[in-house]
Amino acid sequence: MILHDLISFDILRVIWWALLGVLLIGFALTDGFDLGVGALLPFVGKSDTERRVIINTIGPVWEGNQVWFILGGGAIFAAWPPLYAVSFSGFYLAMFLVLAALILRPVGFKYRSKRESATWRTTWDWALFVGGAVPALIFGVAVGNVLQGVPFYLTPDMLMPMYEGNSIMKLLGLLNPYALLAGVVSLSMLLMHGSAWLGLKTEGVIAERARRIGAVAGIVAAVSYALAGLWLAFGIEGYQIVGEVVKDGPSNPLFSDVTRGGSWMDAYATRPWIAVAPIMGFVGIALAVMGLRAGREVSTLLFSKLAIFGIISSVGLTMFPFILPSTVDPASSLTVWDSSSSHLTLFVMLVCAIIFVPLILAYTSWVYKVLWGKVTEEDVTQNSQSY
Amino acid sequence: MEFGLVELSRLQFASTALFHFLFVPLTLGLSIIVAIMETVYVMTGRPIWRQMTKFWGTLFGINFVLGVATGITMEFQFGMNWSYYSHYVGDIFGAPLAIEGLMAFFLEATFVGLFFFGWDKLSRTAHLVVAWLVAIGSNFSALWILIANGWMQNPVGAVFNPDTMRMEMTNFFEVVFNEVAQAKFVHTVSAGYVTASVFVLGVSSWYLLKGRHMELARRSIAVASAFGLAAALSVVVLGDESGYSASHTQKMKLAAIEAMWETHPAPAPFTLIGFPDKEARETHYAIEIPYVMGLIGTRSLTHEIPGIDQLVAESKDKVRSGIIAYDALMTIRSERDNTPADVRATFEEHSEDLGYALLLKRYVDDPREATEAQIQQAADDTVPGVWPIFWAFRIMVGLGFSFIAVMAFFFYRASFKGMQFPRWALRLGVIIIPAPWIAAELGWFVAEFGRQPWTVDGILPTALSASNLSITDLLITLTGFVVFYTVLFIVEMGLMLKYIKKGPYMDVAETDTWMERHSHRLRTHDGQGPFAETPAE
Repeated sequence: MILHDLISFDILRVIWWALLGVLLIGFALTDGFDLGVGALLPFVGKSDTERRVIINTIGPVWEGNQVWFILGGGAIFAAWPPLYAVSFSGFYLAMFLVLAALILRPVGFKYRSKRESATWRTTWDWALFVGGAVPALIFGVAVGNVLQGVPFYLTPDMLMPMYEGNSIMKLLGLLNPYALLAGVVSLSMLLMHGSAWLGLKTEGVIAERARRIGAVAGIVAAVSYALAGLWLAFGIEGYQIVGEVVKDGPSNPLFSDVTRGGSWMDAYATRPWIAVAPIMGFVGIALAVMGLRAGREVSTLLFSKLAIFGIISSVGLTMFPFILPSTVDPASSLTVWDSSSSHLTLFVMLVCAIIFVPLILAYTSWVYKVLWGKVTEEDVTQNSQSY
Repeated sequence: MEFGLVELSRLQFASTALFHFLFVPLTLGLSIIVAIMETVYVMTGRPIWRQMTKFWGTLFGINFVLGVATGITMEFQFGMNWSYYSHYVGDIFGAPLAIEGLMAFFLEATFVGLFFFGWDKLSRTAHLVVAWLVAIGSNFSALWILIANGWMQNPVGAVFNPDTMRMEMTNFFEVVFNEVAQAKFVHTVSAGYVTASVFVLGVSSWYLLKGRHMELARRSIAVASAFGLAAALSVVVLGDESGYSASHTQKMKLAAIEAMWETHPAPAPFTLIGFPDKEARETHYAIEIPYVMGLIGTRSLTHEIPGIDQLVAESKDKVRSGIIAYDALMTIRSERDNTPADVRATFEEHSEDLGYALLLKRYVDDPREATEAQIQQAADDTVPGVWPIFWAFRIMVGLGFSFIAVMAFFFYRASFKGMQFPRWALRLGVIIIPAPWIAAELGWFVAEFGRQPWTVDGILPTALSASNLSITDLLITLTGFVVFYTVLFIVEMGLMLKYIKKGPYMDVAETDTWMERHSHRLRTHDGQGPFAETPAE
């Protein structure tokens, strides 16, 4: 018997679909507060020292957190090659903006306080703002577009990904009203998360300002999330696989037939239990906002995490088994059943994930434990290695 | 596909990858040098070693961050600019990239923060462990990236699947233990160690020339020259190993590196220098050393190394065989489960050469309709640009040997001449700082330009691999990257120079306490204190 036959192809596909969610959520839970803190920086920190305190709350951890993003890219490549091939080239200029913003961030953290000049530091502060706010917004915009479908198709002979539209117009096409609403959800959600983090890691006036902005951001997140849900229910067509669903066939999207029609929300009729996800989203936000108002620390961050977990998983669960639907050629749509890696590759990658993910979680927790406690002005001014 | 798109995509990938690799080698080597210094500190307790760890650690940090930042681009650029490549080989190529994240990059990135922020929060030993974890993480990172790259050079452990129209993995261990990948890994990390050694040695030489931070500089040279000598030897040995494996995995690349137009009776001579001419199919003014090429390439006196002309003729046969495979593939694609068994059998027989038929896609949509001239053209395309590779390779090797000489000299003076270095040698040390970067970039150029016209050798042509973007898309991002990266580079260099000029930060209180406690046994022969030369800050 060959080892990888231990787990059947369709189960491996579902596991990797779930792991894709774990990675995206892992990214949003960890690097999400870094993005939020970056976007909050110019508004929460008024003086140079305050800003340094804010930066140093995430200084030691952003690098590790960001690996969730890198790993997300790598895991999509390894487990969902068609998704990797189609989405990143389809969202080409948007991806370029995200990359540029994310590149600004590490450089900003590391270089900002290495010179005394006020102009130098203010410039980097705004770079950090861009590096936080732009990706936080664009990730939501991307999700909003995925829910509406993306104008790509695969050529029948070579399965080569092609796109309708080009260049700048394609980028502007991504910025449609629904996608922007989704962008508001993700940006406000991460602002709330960032302020929950600052509430835990700072004290005094910085924490107060952060909590005040965070509470407002939380309310915006709840309202925009509800609106996006209603719009999805009544204004956006869903997708369906036509005919028999082959779950363990070869990964060729063109082998199955897909039509547009109905609503994504039909999923809640066929699988009512998935309503747990949006409920977690709303409850999480409500408790996090209350926590921010009351000045609670650890629990607020946990509730904020709960909210993010609920919101992101609600998108995946609602669309299942679709991953990337196509507007111009629904048959090209990528689903869990037809756009994965081979059976062997999924198995090998699962073994690697089982070995390394617990290790990663263990040492990451240890690092957070070592760094536990508030970052104060003294910490920043007296440590030669601080940012 | 529009003309120019592939070239622009290649230009963008080459520039961002070469830029990324300005920072990677220093990260690879300096992480280890810093960990070695901290080990000495923990073992001896001498503050000077802590000071060295922190000083080189600061420079490491400034460099590391740009390596990370530019690495983000690399992880996503395959999907952005090479979508057909990503689809076609993602089943194999994606795995090492993902494992790199799981096993290596997480380790490195999680602990690097603690390295800088953990000095007061961790015990000495715990901090030392953190430093080593950063170094190990960085080096494992390189391992998986080179496994991915090695597969592009020598695609083992995979087979084409007509149903999914892509390559799929058949044996993970063959991919991991790919001989090309393993040789490349050691060659590349060793090159990183040399780069960092030359950097440490060069900066320290500058301090000695200026008469500043003498204690730190001398000790740093001692570490760098010992480490650098071992690494420089390893680079050359593993470079030779790469050449040996190329003689049976990438014959065309080897022939191009050596500008061997015709197959020479074994053992072939090595062309020391000359002027390769692709049109005339000969190398002008060649200076040859008899037998050497045959010995390096095949490690025997009787094995022949095929020349370019012979390989082109073989390619032409493969193109014809590939067309048969392509024809069978199209039948399989349309008939699916109803495909006659003999068509399947024909495909199996010729599927190895399918990539050669895809070379024709540049000239004709359906390779089955290719003319004789187009087939010849496709076969000729399998020859990469000879003279750039020929020269890049020779400059790289020349620099490689010069590093051995420099490191050996400094190691000798550091070990046996009481750390006294002549001024000319110190000046040389400063001047050669850029040299290992030049060698490393040329090395990548030889490896990747020499792989053309393929992205995956013999499997997928570069011309077919690119995403269907518009020229405007490419011009926007290419300009964006060039401008953005140039600014980052200037900022980075400015900070590096600032922190080198500023010199080490000395923890005065700690040093004083330690001195007081140990002064009785540390007094040198002339009665001077051990830190007499270290200026206070």
